[in-house]
Amino acid sequence: MAGPMGTRKDALLISVSLLVVFLVAWHLFTLRPGFDPKGFTDEQLQLMEFNGDIVRTPEGAYVWNPEKEKVKGVPGPLAVVAKAKDELSEAFVIKGTNDHGIAYLVLYTVTRFAGGFLAASVVAILLGILLGLNKVLFQAVNPFIQILKPISPLAWMPLLLYTVKDPKWTAVLVVFMAAVWPTLATTAFGVNSLRKDYLHVAAILQLSWFKRLYKVILPGAAPTIVNGLRISFGSALVAVVPAEMLLGELGVGYLSWIEWNNLDIAGVIFAILVVGAVGVILDSGFNKLASLVTYQE
Amino acid sequence: MAFLEIDHVTKYFSSPSGNGRVCIFRDATIKIDKGEFVTVIGHSGCGKSTLLNIIAGLETMTEGGIILNGKEVTGPGLDRMVVFQNFSLMPWMTVFENIRLAVRAAYPDWSSEKIAEHVRKYIALVGLKDAEDKRPTALSGGMKQRVGLARAFSIEPKVLLLDEPFAQIDALTRGVIQEELVQMWNTTRNTVFMVTHDVDEAILLSDRIMLMTNGPSARIAEIVDVTIPRPRARDTIIEYPHYYKIRNHVIHFLVRHASHAPVAEGSASESASVAPPLVVRF
Repeated sequence: MAGPMGTRKDALLISVSLLVVFLVAWHLFTLRPGFDPKGFTDEQLQLMEFNGDIVRTPEGAYVWNPEKEKVKGVPGPLAVVAKAKDELSEAFVIKGTNDHGIAYLVLYTVTRFAGGFLAASVVAILLGILLGLNKVLFQAVNPFIQILKPISPLAWMPLLLYTVKDPKWTAVLVVFMAAVWPTLATTAFGVNSLRKDYLHVAAILQLSWFKRLYKVILPGAAPTIVNGLRISFGSALVAVVPAEMLLGELGVGYLSWIEWNNLDIAGVIFAILVVGAVGVILDSGFNKLASLVTYQE
Repeated sequence: MAFLEIDHVTKYFSSPSGNGRVCIFRDATIKIDKGEFVTVIGHSGCGKSTLLNIIAGLETMTEGGIILNGKEVTGPGLDRMVVFQNFSLMPWMTVFENIRLAVRAAYPDWSSEKIAEHVRKYIALVGLKDAEDKRPTALSGGMKQRVGLARAFSIEPKVLLLDEPFAQIDALTRGVIQEELVQMWNTTRNTVFMVTHDVDEAILLSDRIMLMTNGPSARIAEIVDVTIPRPRARDTIIEYPHYYKIRNHVIHFLVRHASHAPVAEGSASESASVAPPLVVRF
């Protein structure tokens, strides 16, 4: 059947096929032949067992040592699924100071992200409104924004670490630095380019400064502000992972790095997938919020 | 004493090239009585909308003054409500909320029930009962301007300022809304200052029509008394003997005489007073 339902079905079908093709290809390309003891002498086998290349199963057969297998080539999808099962079964377990379950790591990252992003949004929107309402101030401050905006938030990290002397807060501040500029610039633009008619109506109705702000200026500029927030959101999400890696703060970005240090490549791939999942969840939440405040002209 | 007095109002804009200034219009003077409906007609660029904005307090004048009910106008206020050409409804508010914003501002002491009742009364007056929870995007141009009119009338201003209110509405709807405006105005009898391009609209609605010459340095050249008795209706007004005399006079002015203005932009004319407008009666 044609129509939107039909195209959606088609798209879903294509998505699923792409995924299957990818997983099968991944599996085949990373497949390694099992250990075949034929052609080895007993001494050779004993030496290999001594070296830890192979291990004996309870049934007495030789197989490749699974611990060594982990760092030979790229792990296949089954290895990643096994790792994910492991991690998810211990999601709420705290084994040590640096070994928290995946649920905790997600919580830490989301909290860190939310703290930095929300603080940056509040600061950027308030400052942006101020700049948007005052053309002279905007022209005076704009060059600084233009210089500060393109600086990678990670470039601030050493300075932030040196000044706040606390990696926890440094990570939040890195997220803050990533999120503050796009919202600031677009809010100032949105308020500045708000149709003068709306302000005229507000002026005739003698609305108080506060009412003017939250009845007219904020809702009027809301679609532009949301666009800024969306850009900030993406850039903050990008910044939070390396911030955790560099600062050694527990979180999903840190997980990826610690698994690399453990030479657990399946763990690295699992961590990457978790980062993606966290991004999707945060993004859908953001879109829900955004749809509440936008309007059609 | 006149209710609304526009006294030698002159407006200069700084010229786009940066040096000097351009006179938009000079010495606009007219005394408007309470309950009178006065319309300004002129070609684009004669500053008629600027004059309306100055009366509204949304723009400043370079020279002269506006006196409303014995007090000088210094800024925008609830006693002078504008109906905008582009409607200027808040797109994020429903019809009801748009009008409520105005009513709340005008009557801050009222209870929310009384405000809602007042808002509904004016929504019903423009026949938008079924659309009160719609946002402006969902409305046609005619419906939007009905909301604009309801919003303006709802705060019961001393002066209604209509800035080409029907310019963006299709011709058939325009006639209907013009008659709705007449009906509403008949019950309230606000003082109205309207700007328009539409000669028929001006004759249908106005007591007096101000004819402005072309800008820059536009001036009020003539004031035409519309002697056709009220109530007027679109279908009967054209049978009135003076209708076409007035219409032809206005159109002749716009086509032939509007550009005959003294355009001399010299130091002598800067201070020289402009001759008072010719009063035309049929």
